[in-house]
Amino acid sequence: MKVTVRKFDAVIVGAGGAGLRAAIQLSEAGLKTAVLSKVFPTRSHTVAAQGGVAASLGNSEEDHWHWHMYDTVKGSDWLGDQDAIEFMCKKANEVVIELEHYGMPFDRLDNGRIYQRPFGGHMSNFGEKPVRRSCAAADRTGHAMLHAMYQRNVKANTQFFVEWLALDLIRNAEGDVLGVTAMEMETGDLYAFHAKATIFATGGAGRIYYSSTNAFINTGDGAGMAARAGMPLEDMEFWQFHPTGVAGAGVLITEGVRGEGGILRNSQGERFMERYAPNAKDLASRDVVSRAMVTEINEGRGCGPNQDFVLLDITHLPPETIMKRLPGIHEIAWQFAGVDALREPIPVVPTCHYQMGGIPTNFKGQVVVPGKQSSNEVVPGFFAAGECACASVHGANRLGTNSLLDLLVFGKSAGESAVEELQQLPKSHKDLPADAFEQTLARLNRLDTQKDGASVHETQLAMQRSMQKHAGVFRFADLLKQGVQKILEVQKDVERTEIKDKSKVFNTARVEALELDNLIEVAVATMVSAEARKESRGAHVRDDAPDTPECPDGRDDANWLKHSLWFKAENRLDYKSVTLRPLTVDTIALKKRAY
Amino acid sequence: MNEKQRIRRERLRWHSRRALLELDLVMRRFWQSQPELLDDRQAEQLERLLAMEDHDLWEVLSGRQDLADPTLQGMVALLRQPTGF
Repeated sequence: MKVTVRKFDAVIVGAGGAGLRAAIQLSEAGLKTAVLSKVFPTRSHTVAAQGGVAASLGNSEEDHWHWHMYDTVKGSDWLGDQDAIEFMCKKANEVVIELEHYGMPFDRLDNGRIYQRPFGGHMSNFGEKPVRRSCAAADRTGHAMLHAMYQRNVKANTQFFVEWLALDLIRNAEGDVLGVTAMEMETGDLYAFHAKATIFATGGAGRIYYSSTNAFINTGDGAGMAARAGMPLEDMEFWQFHPTGVAGAGVLITEGVRGEGGILRNSQGERFMERYAPNAKDLASRDVVSRAMVTEINEGRGCGPNQDFVLLDITHLPPETIMKRLPGIHEIAWQFAGVDALREPIPVVPTCHYQMGGIPTNFKGQVVVPGKQSSNEVVPGFFAAGECACASVHGANRLGTNSLLDLLVFGKSAGESAVEELQQLPKSHKDLPADAFEQTLARLNRLDTQKDGASVHETQLAMQRSMQKHAGVFRFADLLKQGVQKILEVQKDVERTEIKDKSKVFNTARVEALELDNLIEVAVATMVSAEARKESRGAHVRDDAPDTPECPDGRDDANWLKHSLWFKAENRLDYKSVTLRPLTVDTIALKKRAY
Repeated sequence: MNEKQRIRRERLRWHSRRALLELDLVMRRFWQSQPELLDDRQAEQLERLLAMEDHDLWEVLSGRQDLADPTLQGMVALLRQPTGF
């Protein structure tokens, strides 16, 4: 199979928020920059982000980056690195104002300043009371952001390669990253993007779960490529879940439905939240509701033929209330559950939403791995930003509106770091090693010649069901242990997937098989890391981590205040310490996370 | 189906991968039920719908916004048929 080599100063994989922001930095520095994307840039999953972007502009009331930093450390359940969190919160105003200058149509106050609204977990004066910190463009913030940054990139002559699938990282014997191999979907032809800097901005891998709010493109391509190239994946046990996604579909049912009087019921018709939260009932916090739902399902009171969901009932509400206050819910229930919500309850299940872990980086967006000198040695030529990366600012749980901030700040810093690194390098590219394309060619050859193999669809489904059952929102020691065995069995099937259609042009079956190669790395990393972490922290909640004075809410700082690092080779785990020392201010001291 | 039509269909299938899960699900349902019925005229209609921005397309497919172009109504009705997931 022929591989055509193309040379660039920098190659960026992914054209969502982080990739586009990084590309602006590189192209405006005059560097020849390629951006590869599976879909047209403005159809990246960043489009789905509605809430806004956090920045302590203080346009409506007093605010300070230090307060934002405190909220983010607390939200992370102290697993976030405090140097990266300080960096992000301090940079927030700058990147938001830059975005405004790119033409982002933020909502405005009467005085012309950017309008800001409150958002869960964002407080003033170190946790005192809610503060207006989120900057939004109606309910299309992510969409508007992508458009503004795409236009800026076009102006800066960024070269886009749309409908291209990156396949593998290219490294030399010294471990330097020299680019990626990629497939042009329109022709099926193979290319190598030989670059002095490679930036991954490939988004999350929420499709490892059966129930996920993530679009189908979120297949963890960057994490998969990094893992195959010998890089660890950090803190992959931490996934944010939303309690009410439509069962089997994943589409979110907003918390507003319970706010308007919606009730959760089990197979016996019981309003079970009365037992778990006698006062707040169905309006208890997300984690309490999610845990109660999973307990009902695990104890055999789930609904449906597989007893694997509960019901969200709004049939007692007046139809005019539903149609007026909850527009869209009736349509979502009809489209994705096939039920008329005015007459029948909606099947719901806790649903995966956001990946906190990823490719380990420092706050400069440089990928870092354990080495001889330290546990954070920079990989020359390799950068990552956004949901695929772990800086780590979200730690064990992410605050709303910090994801858009993450991709702006670290997209920019990854771009800046790449520009700096390139300035130190000689003009010519480092030589590609003789075996630069071997891994890619072997994978494609295996897929094309596989006989009596496993179905891509069935194998993906087996992976998703295993993840949902064994490493869901509420975790149990025995289920996790079984889950590790199950996911390793699924992995064997992924290694023998077979496609019937061997055509070259726009072969979506081949693309899906190659995406599954990436998803499985994330799934195994998640299951193994979750099984090993014997505490509860943030979004990782275990049934066997009791609430004691030494371990409040099951969080065991004495033994588990550390980042997990999962390596594909030998399916091995390692750990590294959390950076508790910020850049300029005092450490935000450990305490129980309570709201 | 000739090679040109096959490629057009496969391209449409890939363009059905969207930024929003809601659209992914609607389009998956369509491809699981209708692909062999897609004639050239319908393919052209689908191309025009898939060229829309994701939020706008979802507004149309969830019945909250009408399309200015009445010739696309038939395809919209086809995509909106719920079957459950």
